Amino acid sequence: MIGVVHWGGNIGSLLNALNRISVSYSLVKEPDRIRDFDKLILPGVGNFAAVMDSLKQQGLLEPLLQEILNGIPYLGICVGMQVLLEGSEEAIGVAGLSLVKGICRKFKAKKVPQVGFNSVRSKTRYIENGGFYYFVNSYYCDVMENVSVAIANYEGEFCAALEKSNIFGVQFHPEKSGELGLKFLKDWCYAD
Amino acid sequence: MLTKRVIPCLDIKNGRVVKGIKFDDLRDAGDVVALARQYYEEGADEIAMLDITATVENRKTVIGLIKQAAESVFVPILAGGGVRTLSDFEALLEAGADKVSFNTAAVRQPSILTQAADRFGSQAVVIACDTRKKENNEYTVLIEGGRTDSGLELFKWLKEAVERGAGEILLTSWDLDGTQKGYDLELLEKVSNSFSVPLIASGGAGSSDDIADAFLKGKADAALAASIFHFRKYTIKEVKQYLKEKGVEVRL
Repeated sequence: MIGVVHWGGNIGSLLNALNRISVSYSLVKEPDRIRDFDKLILPGVGNFAAVMDSLKQQGLLEPLLQEILNGIPYLGICVGMQVLLEGSEEAIGVAGLSLVKGICRKFKAKKVPQVGFNSVRSKTRYIENGGFYYFVNSYYCDVMENVSVAIANYEGEFCAALEKSNIFGVQFHPEKSGELGLKFLKDWCYAD
Repeated sequence: MLTKRVIPCLDIKNGRVVKGIKFDDLRDAGDVVALARQYYEEGADEIAMLDITATVENRKTVIGLIKQAAESVFVPILAGGGVRTLSDFEALLEAGADKVSFNTAAVRQPSILTQAADRFGSQAVVIACDTRKKENNEYTVLIEGGRTDSGLELFKWLKEAVERGAGEILLTSWDLDGTQKGYDLELLEKVSNSFSVPLIASGGAGSSDDIADAFLKGKADAALAASIFHFRKYTIKEVKQYLKEKGVEVRL
């Protein structure tokens, strides 16, 4: 059973996608039940500070961090990936989960946010090398040696996906990336 | 590299897709959910679903249709038409839309853009703007489905809308909408160069060349079209293949 951490953002699209690939899931509501899940997904369209605040207020921050440290497979989507870092220019002074070193930065591109399908260079089996995935973000993580497993370019390279032992993060939205996105979710959810 | 987006647009009335010329003379163009699915499968990068009557009854129908479409469409859905309040906005997001456009309501009460951006993020807030060229070559902002001239000058209004938090501009040329004569390329380029958020071109697409021009000459980030897809002049895939031949980066 996959636990979807609901911090208040719009999660309907992700749930529709999980339904489509026939994955059983439920929302993580009670902090002391977080241990019952096999895998956790933190979806997110939204603000770095809003996610951290919501996790704290729901009493989920400590249990979530503990579970990740205990080795539960974790997938962070968009801001769900960004909060793995130490902080973000979007919310100066707000600490992230700090499981990955670094700070999320704001794009200096001509048009921000980045909106649309971008091609990705990948060295992970979950993401098709050269495939197109849907991004919508104003902030990004730098490419990190040994951690970034997929890279995309938006007037400069950024981290499209990261992997660090049991932790996986994607900057794109698999639930909005067409059939390739569904395939990513399916492969991650069903992986041993 | 970020690709250009091709967005089929479903104008919805009484639960059906319709399409008119210059916002009038509506023709039936098919079943909403079936068309949304078909366009998704053909490779649409996004799907726009617009409530063109904005009556209470139609709103409920549209919300139901978006909900159904979102169960099998896994690209972003842009919803809009007659969105007046933050709760209208939220209801569309909850139904499965990823972003929602404000038009008339934002002109009447610009602070609604700020409120929506604060609450849902700029990426979810689209400023939809219908514009008409005046005799002095200035562009004026139309509201109420193109029926009323707001008196606002286009660039001045877009500047305010973007400053208030709109994360994308959906620009429709009233003069060309439904005519299949091509987009207003000069206007598109000027708007694209003037603002720091993505621009969706709308109004006038009649051929694959028109869509290519919106990107190559108009510098738009996305192109929205209705008639050419609904009446099967081209499939989405055909258009995207043509764009690729012309040197436009697209997802195929």
